[in-house]
Amino acid sequence: MNIIVVGLNHNKASVEVREKFAFDSEKLPNALKHLKESKISAENVILSTCNRVEMYASVKNLDTDVEKIIHFLSDFHNVPQQALDDSLVIYQGPEAVRHIFRVASGLDSVVLGEPQILGQLKDAYGISLQHKSTSTLLNRLMKKTFSVAKRTRTETGIGKGAVNISFAAVELAKKIFEDLSGKSFMLMGAGEMAELAARHLIGNGVEDVTITNRTLARAEELAQEFGGKVIPFENFMEELLHLDIAICSTGAPNYILRKEQLHTIMKERKQKPMFIFDISVPRNIDPEINDLDNVYLYDVDDLKDVADANAEERGREADKAEKIVEAEVQSFLKWQNSLVATPTIVAIREKAEEIRKEELDKTLRKLGPLEEDKIKAIEYLSSSIMNKLIHPPTAALKSVEEDREIMIDMANRLFKLETEENNGKKK
Amino acid sequence: MPYEKGNHKSLNITGAYALQIETNILLFEIALTLYFLSTITGVIEIFRSKKGASKAAIYLAALGFIFHTGNIFVRYVQGGHIPVTNMHEAASFFSWCMIILFFFHEFRYRLGLLSSFIMPIVFLIMFSSAIFPREINEFLSPALQSYWFGVHVILAFLGDAAFAMAGGIGVMYLLQERYVKSKHLGGLFQKLPSLQVLDEINYHLITLGFPLLTLAMITGVIWANSAWGTYWRWDPKEVWSLITWLIYALVLHLRLTVGWRGKKAAILSIVGFMVVIFAFFGVSLILKTKHVFP
Repeated sequence: MNIIVVGLNHNKASVEVREKFAFDSEKLPNALKHLKESKISAENVILSTCNRVEMYASVKNLDTDVEKIIHFLSDFHNVPQQALDDSLVIYQGPEAVRHIFRVASGLDSVVLGEPQILGQLKDAYGISLQHKSTSTLLNRLMKKTFSVAKRTRTETGIGKGAVNISFAAVELAKKIFEDLSGKSFMLMGAGEMAELAARHLIGNGVEDVTITNRTLARAEELAQEFGGKVIPFENFMEELLHLDIAICSTGAPNYILRKEQLHTIMKERKQKPMFIFDISVPRNIDPEINDLDNVYLYDVDDLKDVADANAEERGREADKAEKIVEAEVQSFLKWQNSLVATPTIVAIREKAEEIRKEELDKTLRKLGPLEEDKIKAIEYLSSSIMNKLIHPPTAALKSVEEDREIMIDMANRLFKLETEENNGKKK
Repeated sequence: MPYEKGNHKSLNITGAYALQIETNILLFEIALTLYFLSTITGVIEIFRSKKGASKAAIYLAALGFIFHTGNIFVRYVQGGHIPVTNMHEAASFFSWCMIILFFFHEFRYRLGLLSSFIMPIVFLIMFSSAIFPREINEFLSPALQSYWFGVHVILAFLGDAAFAMAGGIGVMYLLQERYVKSKHLGGLFQKLPSLQVLDEINYHLITLGFPLLTLAMITGVIWANSAWGTYWRWDPKEVWSLITWLIYALVLHLRLTVGWRGKKAAILSIVGFMVVIFAFFGVSLILKTKHVFP
């Protein structure tokens, strides 16, 4: 049995191609059923996300079965096969295992180290399990894949440090305030990035939300969405007396908050710490405010630098993760290799046991009635001779020597074995 | 062999005595070594990119603490009093109190890198203890044979230990604050605790140390009166205790009235810690004091 990967992903396939071949939650079970019934591939996991449509399968014959899967893709989605030509990725053997490990670890993701892909793969495998579309090989592979993904995440920093601005803002807020639940927050102005950052903050437990905007209608809208209260824009200074976090994105042409003003406010609030995130361009908050004690002011560029530095760090950590993946690929291949000899070893053992039982019965019958312990002694003699005889050949078959294929073949002939499908090889 | 009763007996006593000294010194040396290893592991943790070594630092410190406790216990049994009657014992007891507070905070709050910043202080105080002569005072002056003695020293040492911890936390705060202010979030930024947590613990430690110091001074004054008949003699030790007390009173006052928290509080707690260290070692070594532990 061989592991293969056939699919489309963001590296080679455009979104137009990917969406044509995507499997939604309705199509997916049908596809698994079809693959199983038509015996295209023995085991299947289909991972379909916005960035990739990939089929992980175990097949008997590499050349013909890959072709069959490609046919299936085009037939199932009713798209001519030419559409796949330049976009398809096909991996087999070690490359396939490596690819699956890398995908699960987030090493193949658009955002390096992003964690969602692992959950998506777990879901995909769950559906395959539900439809009994996997067996020994893929089950073992998936189990290993999840443990590799866990290793790369815990032993390296590929998933650490926010790599986009709004996450970086939340991460920073947590290093200032520890726990964001119960913290008060004000959104000044509106705008896509400001709203995204606000959403992340609220998702992390920020409770007391205030919204202010020059056009009240927009403020009301946002207040409904975030469950906050609206105050007139002129009153925002009063709000500064007690809030913990402020996001400013007003589009004013000049500074709306100066150092001296905030200095007075900080005195009045007894230096309670404040985190201000100024998204506006041009900036709305006097940058010198960052010099005040217990005030932390970040603008878009600051947070972009933070996110970029984190992304760079993830890139460095990715090298370590690749090394882990490589080691795990080798260990998996070793296990997979040991499978090749299993049928032969089982056959030798079965044959030897059969002979032993037969001869033992004959002898015992000839000897007539015997005491229990004497029968036991004879039984012991026969099985220990058998075990000692078959130990060297089975041990040799289990080892990972280069000439193992030949050895398996020889063993089959020497012991006159008729193993099932002769270890995957035709006679 | 002629029977010499007297000689035999005296030899025996000296032998047993020597053995006992060996035991407490051995325990001390093992504890010191383990604290040293814990410190090194903690410092390595600062430069490592992965997590994992901080646990080793804590285990080593815990093991050291067991031997250290053994050392204090042996000296207590031998001397018949809390072993704080010379500089060796006092410094050792100081670091023992500090490590208790360290474990409390480690298990209660699980602060990142706490061992990397606190264990070096514990080790240095323990190491200074190693420099001083280690004899056990078996005969206490009458002034020390008082109920107030035990109460006074335990309060004073716990107070000092709390201030020392606050100083270490203050250093952590200043570092983390520099990362956040400078907007370069590399280095230890990820590993250090949040500013709010560091500031709160710094404050808690001072609110713990201050009443302990206050009570230590009150018991000290009562004890002085019962031993020498005067409450206050302007002895350098007393003066520096008063200075320490005033500094921490100021720290608390400024925090509660005008909100001197964060950076300013951290700096003050480091200054306060330095005064504590001077009052502890400097006064005894440089200024002549009649204060009785050495």
